[in-house]
Amino acid sequence: MNRYPLWKYAILAIALLVGLVYTAPNFFGEAPAVQVSSAKATLKLDSAFAPRVQQLLEEAGLKPDFVQFDGNSVKARLPETDAQIKAKDALSKALNPDPANPSYIVALNLLSRSPGWLTALHALPMYLGLDLRGGVHFLMQVDMKAALTKKAESLTGDVRTLLRDKNIRHAGISRDGDSLEVRFRERDTLTAAVALLSDQLPDLQWAESVDGGELKLRGTLKPAAARLVQEQALKQNITTLHNRVNELGVAEPVIQQQGLDRVVVQLPGVQDTAKAKDIIGRTATLEVRMVNESAEAREAERGGAAVPFGSERYLERNGAPIIVYRQVVLTGDNLTDAQAGFDGQTQEPAVHLTLDAKGSRIFRDVTRENIGKRMAILLFEKGKGEVVTAPVIRSEIGGGRVQISGRMTTAEAADTALLLRAGSLAAPMEIIEERTVGPSLGADNIDKGFNSVLYGLIAIAVFMCAYYGLFGVISTLALGFNLLMLVAILSMLQATLTLPGIAAIALTLGMAIDANVLINERVREELRGGAPPQLAIHNGYERAFATILDSNITTLIAGVALLAFGSGPVRGFAVVHCLGILTSMFSAVMFSRGLVNLWYGRQKRLKSVSIGQIWKPDAAANTAIKA
Amino acid sequence: MEFFRIRRDIPFMRHALVFNIISLVTFLAAVFFLFTRGLHLSIEFTGGTVIEVAYAQPADIGKVRSTIEAMKVGDTQVQNFGSARDVLIRLPLADGVKQSELVGRVFDTLCRAEGGAIEARQGVSDKGESISRQVCAAGNVEPVTLQRSEFVGPQVGKELAVDGAMALGFVVLGIMIYLALRFEWKFAVAAIVANLHDVIIILGFFAFFQWEFSLAVLAAVLAVLGYSVNESVVIFDRIRETFRRFRKMSPPEVIDHAITSTISRTIITHGSTQMMVLSMLIFGGPTLYYFALALTVGILFGIYSSVFVAAAIAMWLGIKREDLVKSGSKEIDPNDPNSGAVV
Repeated sequence: MNRYPLWKYAILAIALLVGLVYTAPNFFGEAPAVQVSSAKATLKLDSAFAPRVQQLLEEAGLKPDFVQFDGNSVKARLPETDAQIKAKDALSKALNPDPANPSYIVALNLLSRSPGWLTALHALPMYLGLDLRGGVHFLMQVDMKAALTKKAESLTGDVRTLLRDKNIRHAGISRDGDSLEVRFRERDTLTAAVALLSDQLPDLQWAESVDGGELKLRGTLKPAAARLVQEQALKQNITTLHNRVNELGVAEPVIQQQGLDRVVVQLPGVQDTAKAKDIIGRTATLEVRMVNESAEAREAERGGAAVPFGSERYLERNGAPIIVYRQVVLTGDNLTDAQAGFDGQTQEPAVHLTLDAKGSRIFRDVTRENIGKRMAILLFEKGKGEVVTAPVIRSEIGGGRVQISGRMTTAEAADTALLLRAGSLAAPMEIIEERTVGPSLGADNIDKGFNSVLYGLIAIAVFMCAYYGLFGVISTLALGFNLLMLVAILSMLQATLTLPGIAAIALTLGMAIDANVLINERVREELRGGAPPQLAIHNGYERAFATILDSNITTLIAGVALLAFGSGPVRGFAVVHCLGILTSMFSAVMFSRGLVNLWYGRQKRLKSVSIGQIWKPDAAANTAIKA
Repeated sequence: MEFFRIRRDIPFMRHALVFNIISLVTFLAAVFFLFTRGLHLSIEFTGGTVIEVAYAQPADIGKVRSTIEAMKVGDTQVQNFGSARDVLIRLPLADGVKQSELVGRVFDTLCRAEGGAIEARQGVSDKGESISRQVCAAGNVEPVTLQRSEFVGPQVGKELAVDGAMALGFVVLGIMIYLALRFEWKFAVAAIVANLHDVIIILGFFAFFQWEFSLAVLAAVLAVLGYSVNESVVIFDRIRETFRRFRKMSPPEVIDHAITSTISRTIITHGSTQMMVLSMLIFGGPTLYYFALALTVGILFGIYSSVFVAAAIAMWLGIKREDLVKSGSKEIDPNDPNSGAVV
């Protein structure tokens, strides 16, 4: 009766194997590495870059363990820290000929030392949280009200243009918070305006009212449109943050949305919060200038003459030089939006820009006077400008809606739009939470967490083995198996391990032994009641199961509540706690039963089992059953 | 080895009144301290700034305190943390102080008080990870280093407090529903009263000793709540089974029998969990200290309350055989999913 079919043993063996494989990477530690990523929003790395890094390293006399491309960056693992520093210097020198204007960021990083075949199985070590690794964590609140105001501002301009184009006379347009108000003198014009605006601006809903002798039309953003504005604002802020954080040369920054209006920024290895804040809070600027197309300027472009007075030389994205006037026509402040799309007539890929009221006016005047000439849009990052695009002005552009098209692929249009938006934050952000942890403290936390688990486990193991004999050994093995499964699952999920997470592992193990105590006590009780050993084992496991299930459900309820309402560190605790409860069910019941069956199940005439001393109240002399 | 050599059922319920009076007194004391002293909430709930610095020499707390008080940034708490060289500084939210710059300012002031100057340094750790940090340098030594800092804005703190209360409510409700489905209402009420009394007592301890109540402690309280409810579940299971098996016993006798026959498991399980928690308390360092402390208090009172309080309340509520054993004709209903759920 205490025999498992082969498939059950097979499941256990597979679980054990998978557990070992996925837990293993955590024990190999980390090796020094260098990471090369793009320093410019205009430069993208691809897989062809990895061989180049390999070649550069070999030229410098270094032998990297491997060089790999992983989506955004190229990483090379090196045998020791000396080689790592040399590699960093060699790569910086070769890739960035002008150190003042680097195209690539070469950063020091750590890569898992686990062998390639484990990595190929996607068996990767857990991430260490900032409290274990050291670094800085920011939680930023995006001012969504400002994003909506900005949108309303740009819509006000649209309304004004639309009404003027259709010759609908109004008595004034004003913005009030994130809604806008148009006043009219006559009923007819109002009706015409409502028809036009509802048709042309589907994002707004309109309400009429009468105030004194004046008719008023109040436009508010529809909830769906407002939500979209907020989503885009958040997305743009995250993109902008990515660009800025890249500059810090942090190996593995985390920039994530949290909730509807928050962004988490985590920078491992950074302790210099002042610098980090400075860079995160900085504003890149966008400028529109006219291109100098005079003969001297053409000559200067070719490098044949000096740059004419009042002009400057910049590079286009393809590297071609271009001479533009110093005078700034517009700045990014007047640009409210940039989106990739298609030309209405030719269906060519295009970039659509939206300007605010002031910007539209200036743009109309400039374009009227400069038809046929080129205008350049420059992006200034870190004080250095680069021409994003330099289109030819084909006609006067009024109304603040600008379209740049021609000789562009869809991807290029999307890139350009991103670049034009990347300069600025869609809405201001405020740091509402900040944590820094020093690296020595992080290492200390790992040791302390590890030691707590280790010594606790040893104490439990010693007690269980002494008290329950072989059954105690089996319980201990089951507990070890539980730990293995838990770490393996966390590694598979690529969870971030934090100190509360380690505490949860310890606590879960401490609670998980309950299941084995239940089983062992029950088996003893059956034996005390006079049941033969095989039957006692069988009944013990069967009868304890319902109680184990019960006790785990109440604990799980608490775990789920923490998961649902907890945030930050508590969430890490809750995830581990919940997973641990599930793995403990499997290990305590199935794994330990498997071991018991393997040991005792095959013995036909089992006389006694080793589960410690069974004391019977009615027997004067202790008739202990011992193995 | 067999620790529990019990010949006869221990008459726990004869002393039920005494236990309940002890509980009531502890409970009232806990409530009293909660109201008079209040919880010492961590900045996660209140908002504010915490800075942990390590001095090269044992720190002069008085000097640190007077240095920071001279900055006029609100009332400051300065204390040792872990060792004589580590100092923890707590700065609550104060009007007119820009919190997000506070850490830098405080560290700068502390550094200058030690005769050093702040400089940014780029370094590489032994493992080969680049580290950029602000260092307080005075010649070749670092008199003081910034170990950790944390700033929580007021809106975050308020949210966390609300979320924490919601989590507690959710756990209590979830467990009540579960117990009501699993047993009948008298047990559900008894278990939840007993275990809430645990929670209040843990909070009472934190209020009385003014231990810091952080998010981690809240997590510990909730985890221990779920954990000690299952203790009550085990005993109630046993009570139900005993009602079925021994038809002539009176309810107090049934309860005594149930508690006596589960006491060995109760103590061994809690003892094992406590060993783990003790290990955290001793080796886990200051960060896990209050977390482990909350668990310790919770586990100890968990045993007491689920054994002596929950069962006693169920007895006062008047559980009868008829409440639990629905069909009188059958001893054990094989289709009852709850039969056999015993220790």
